[in-house]
Amino acid sequence: MPNKMHITATINGEEVQFLCEPRQSLLEVLRETLGLMGTKEGCNNGNCGSCNVTLDGMLVNSCLVLAVEIQGRSVTTIEGIATAEGLHPLQQKFIEHAALQCGYCTPGFIVASKALLDQNPDPSEQEVREWLAGNLCRCTGYDRIVRAVLDAADS
Amino acid sequence: MLHATSIMASIDSTRRSGMQAFDYVVPKKVEEVITLLANGNGDARILCGGTDLLVQLREGRRKAGLVIDIKSIPELTQIKFDPEHELRIGAAASCSQICSDPNVIKHYPGLVDAIKLIGGVQIQNRASVGGNLCNASPAADSIPALIVHEAVCNIAGPNGVHTLPVEEFCIAPGQNALQAGEFLVSINVPTPKEKFGAGYLRFIPRNEMDIAVVGAGASVFLADEGKRFGFAKVALGAVAPTPLFVSEAGDFLAEKAVTRENIKEAARIAQSIARPITDLRGTAEHRKHLCAVLVERALDKAIERAGGQYAQ
Repeated sequence: MPNKMHITATINGEEVQFLCEPRQSLLEVLRETLGLMGTKEGCNNGNCGSCNVTLDGMLVNSCLVLAVEIQGRSVTTIEGIATAEGLHPLQQKFIEHAALQCGYCTPGFIVASKALLDQNPDPSEQEVREWLAGNLCRCTGYDRIVRAVLDAADS
Repeated sequence: MLHATSIMASIDSTRRSGMQAFDYVVPKKVEEVITLLANGNGDARILCGGTDLLVQLREGRRKAGLVIDIKSIPELTQIKFDPEHELRIGAAASCSQICSDPNVIKHYPGLVDAIKLIGGVQIQNRASVGGNLCNASPAADSIPALIVHEAVCNIAGPNGVHTLPVEEFCIAPGQNALQAGEFLVSINVPTPKEKFGAGYLRFIPRNEMDIAVVGAGASVFLADEGKRFGFAKVALGAVAPTPLFVSEAGDFLAEKAVTRENIKEAARIAQSIARPITDLRGTAEHRKHLCAVLVERALDKAIERAGGQYAQ
């Protein structure tokens, strides 16, 4: 018998309340309960980074966080990155550099790259590559992605 | 069409039923965890970062009726350094928390070598060293490094608190020495003496986000202005059913001069004791070869950090 828990958290700056079972991942609740479909399910085991979000500013795989763990905490998803004024510079640079092909991994890459630039506004290429090691792209290769991140850091 | 539909249906049901239902609690004290474990009928599981546990629950490799999230117990997430005695790492402290701790960076670079290798940033931000230990993987990166630092586990259970050296904690692949009702509270790592140095490195096909083909940790304490070994310790990962403390390699070096020949001989001893298997990550033969190479390099790293001087 599922025992649902009542969770209150801040998601993309807004207070959100939802019911979930303890076994549900944050990824599952974001997509299926809260309708935030930008966060993608790839491997569902922590290897691919498609489901990346930040939890209290820390980059995490939302497939490896239980939704009940975010009680009282703050989550930012890909939907929280652009503003009313327009795209985030990272999003803009991903477009300019054509740093995507199918686009499935892109939300994860953008969220991960933003977490990097938030703590290191001027990373080296090596630092970008190491930081993004937990994000897999199976279409394009990584050069364009790395270039987009470095360009966004410059701007 | 029917075939495709049935595949989709099966993918969908696997995903949705990914984890069996369980209860979830967030205790605030160690004593509460002990009570919860005692009442848990053996299917209570401790949750720290979840990077192993949630994957194992999803894949059905472990079962849980109750998940106990210990991250709200201050003692479990704290890192405390006492220069006179030891570093105490709460079992739930995350890898990134440990690797950004100024005392850990300053006094335990050999531990940082190993801990910063566990997964990418996303995993570092969640995974705990306590969990790496409890998961008892033969290839766990932190364990050889903890062994050569003479780290000790602090274990709490129904009969009180007791300690166990890290090298005795893992007993088989995926199995640790915790008895029913016990859990790992913290890990004590003795404060390094002057002229102590340690290092860890591993061989993997890519640069990050991989599991060790072989891992090697070494520590040394040097005498005679860095020209002679006081003691040395060597431990290996991924070459036996558990992380392997190779006391013979360190014992060989004790009291000997810091020479290339002695270091190579210690590496050969470690290599001869390793008993790797062939699996998808590498052949037994390749792993044997890597043991000697990595132990030599790990010893070199430890000697450099200890301010050693090689004799000709």
